[in-house]
Amino acid sequence: MKLLEYQAKHRFAAAGISVPPGRLARTPEEAAAAARELGRVAVKAQVPIGGRGKAGGIAVVDTPEEAQREAARILAMDIRGYPVRSVWCETGLSIDAELYLGITLDRDRRRLVIIFSAAGGMEIEQVAVEAPERIAKLWPDPFAGPQPYEIRQLAFAGLAHASELRDRGPKLVSTLVGLTTRLYAVATSLDALTCEINPLVLTPDGMLVAADGKLEIDENAEYRHRDIAEELARDETGEDGRSGEDPFEVEARKRGLTYVHLDGDIGCIGNGAGLTMNTLDLVKQHGGEPANFLDIGGGANAERVRDALEMVLLDPKVRGVFINIFGGITRGDEVARGIIAARDQLHITKPLVVRMTGTMEEEGRRLLEAAGIVPAKTATEAAATIVALTREGSS
Amino acid sequence: MSVLIDSNSRVLIQGITGREGSFHTGQMRAFGTNIVAGVSPGKGGTDQDGVPIYDTVADAVAATGADVSGIFVPPAFAADAIMESAAAGIELTVCITELIPVHDMIRAREFVIRSGHQLLGANCPGIVTPDQCKVGIIPNHINTPGPVGIVGRSGTLTYEVIQGLGQAGMGQTTSVGIGGDPVMGLSFPDVLRRFADDPETRAVVLIGEIGGSDEENAATWIRDTGFDKPVVAFISGRTAPPGKRMGHAGAIISGNTGSAQSKIDALLAAGAEIADTIEDVVRLTAVSLGKHSG
Repeated sequence: MKLLEYQAKHRFAAAGISVPPGRLARTPEEAAAAARELGRVAVKAQVPIGGRGKAGGIAVVDTPEEAQREAARILAMDIRGYPVRSVWCETGLSIDAELYLGITLDRDRRRLVIIFSAAGGMEIEQVAVEAPERIAKLWPDPFAGPQPYEIRQLAFAGLAHASELRDRGPKLVSTLVGLTTRLYAVATSLDALTCEINPLVLTPDGMLVAADGKLEIDENAEYRHRDIAEELARDETGEDGRSGEDPFEVEARKRGLTYVHLDGDIGCIGNGAGLTMNTLDLVKQHGGEPANFLDIGGGANAERVRDALEMVLLDPKVRGVFINIFGGITRGDEVARGIIAARDQLHITKPLVVRMTGTMEEEGRRLLEAAGIVPAKTATEAAATIVALTREGSS
Repeated sequence: MSVLIDSNSRVLIQGITGREGSFHTGQMRAFGTNIVAGVSPGKGGTDQDGVPIYDTVADAVAATGADVSGIFVPPAFAADAIMESAAAGIELTVCITELIPVHDMIRAREFVIRSGHQLLGANCPGIVTPDQCKVGIIPNHINTPGPVGIVGRSGTLTYEVIQGLGQAGMGQTTSVGIGGDPVMGLSFPDVLRRFADDPETRAVVLIGEIGGSDEENAATWIRDTGFDKPVVAFISGRTAPPGKRMGHAGAIISGNTGSAQSKIDALLAAGAEIADTIEDVVRLTAVSLGKHSG
């Protein structure tokens, strides 16, 4: 779940992190009203994706009339598939320096990492490539959290190559200790996979202000953050509101299915991510093109299998479906019942090739055979069969 | 010989009364696993098909001497169950549960490490030493004893390899599923190290997938330690598009990291044989066993 800038900033502010005063506007008139109230403002497109400045989604305006005009322009935009549904009108800052502070998951260390750099304002990945010495990292103890001395080490390390900030050092470091502690609290309390301030603006009076905010929340933890999920759904401003997003993937998410839409014409359903990926690889190896990735996951019941098959067949390009099941926690009989129910209820006439083995495979195969669906012996054979059957249909 | 579990393992099941827990406890017992206890808070004093149930892991350990735990509790309670297991002194905790929040897993993993014990998973199929002990959900009938050690991230692909090798007459010392999450317990090198120390393991099959750099780390470990047993590696997701999460939380190609090619290159450079299909895994393993014994 990706939050928009203003939603992230609301949460930063609630945690005691300084953010510029701002107002959300969904219409040009609301933007004009915000400018009347706040004076000179930046009008910023609210889309859950970076690079909006370059795309023309940010304008600095001096008057309400200008705010109205620019907001009208930005609200009509579509930034890389995301329609702009609102703008955040925010007071401009006096900028002495742009820094970076972010928290994300470090897969190799299997911990959160806090990243600080004096080279803010650009993508941190780019800084990492161009000036790795300007990036400092801290992997806090997951139980104790970052301690002040560790954050000081992080801050001094990140400022070591920023000669322009030398005389700001001691005060800046002590401000960073409080800020980093608060940002870490936001990240952990919200189950954030990414929690980032870029740029983090240093003002002439020594304040550190979050000029932007990025928050991505772990979907596995959604049950702890229903309020955010509901806010995103209600606003249609989050990822789900992306017009450019594949409609099949949107539909699959509504159905709670792990589905990725691809360009081909062979529907692919498997259980387990690795096996499903391998199912796609096999189809390709036999000269076919997968239409999708659909992992029914572990322990799927008949109903879920039926849903999965229905989902795959929503794509009119699909000429046939390859179902590849190796039962562990998933039971062959449940899968077979789901396939049969789907075929009968949805009147499926396109070729279905089922490869099934593992837990309860005899029962599953028996049910399939009794229903007139002949299971393939191996995944390789099944891949060859579905490719041949769908080609036949196309000739 | 085997790694991590054998016929002496005394296994308890956390979440034994749930849908998956009860079904797979039955499967594990049918396999021959010595299931000594179940844990289900509030159901202590009852039993499940003759397996005594305790309210806490500590009670179960005190009463039965359990030293391995299999976890089947729902995701919201799984990290707590992992920590409870390690705190009670369980040497190997195997967590089958999927969809556990990442922050929970970071803490649970750390907790187990500090306890000096081991965690396998989460979101893994478990572990099996044929004819001796199975903890998890790997189907019973595919496992046969033999000289091959298997370690994989993907559960179902691990089954494919076990079955493929078995049908070709090559059994396993132990098959280990490490799981598909970005934050997990034992990693490829942790398992490879145990296979290195097991004299009966004569070849290893490593089953990786796109995302992260665990396969690259395994390759580095193989080179650095001079691991001298033949390694056959299979990587799934070769045709997966970048930026799309392919089912597993961990299976995503982001930026320059995580592509199948990068993993294949690293493993090749470490001297591993790369298999393009399951049939290839079987063929290359047969060849490497021949080479190794000859």
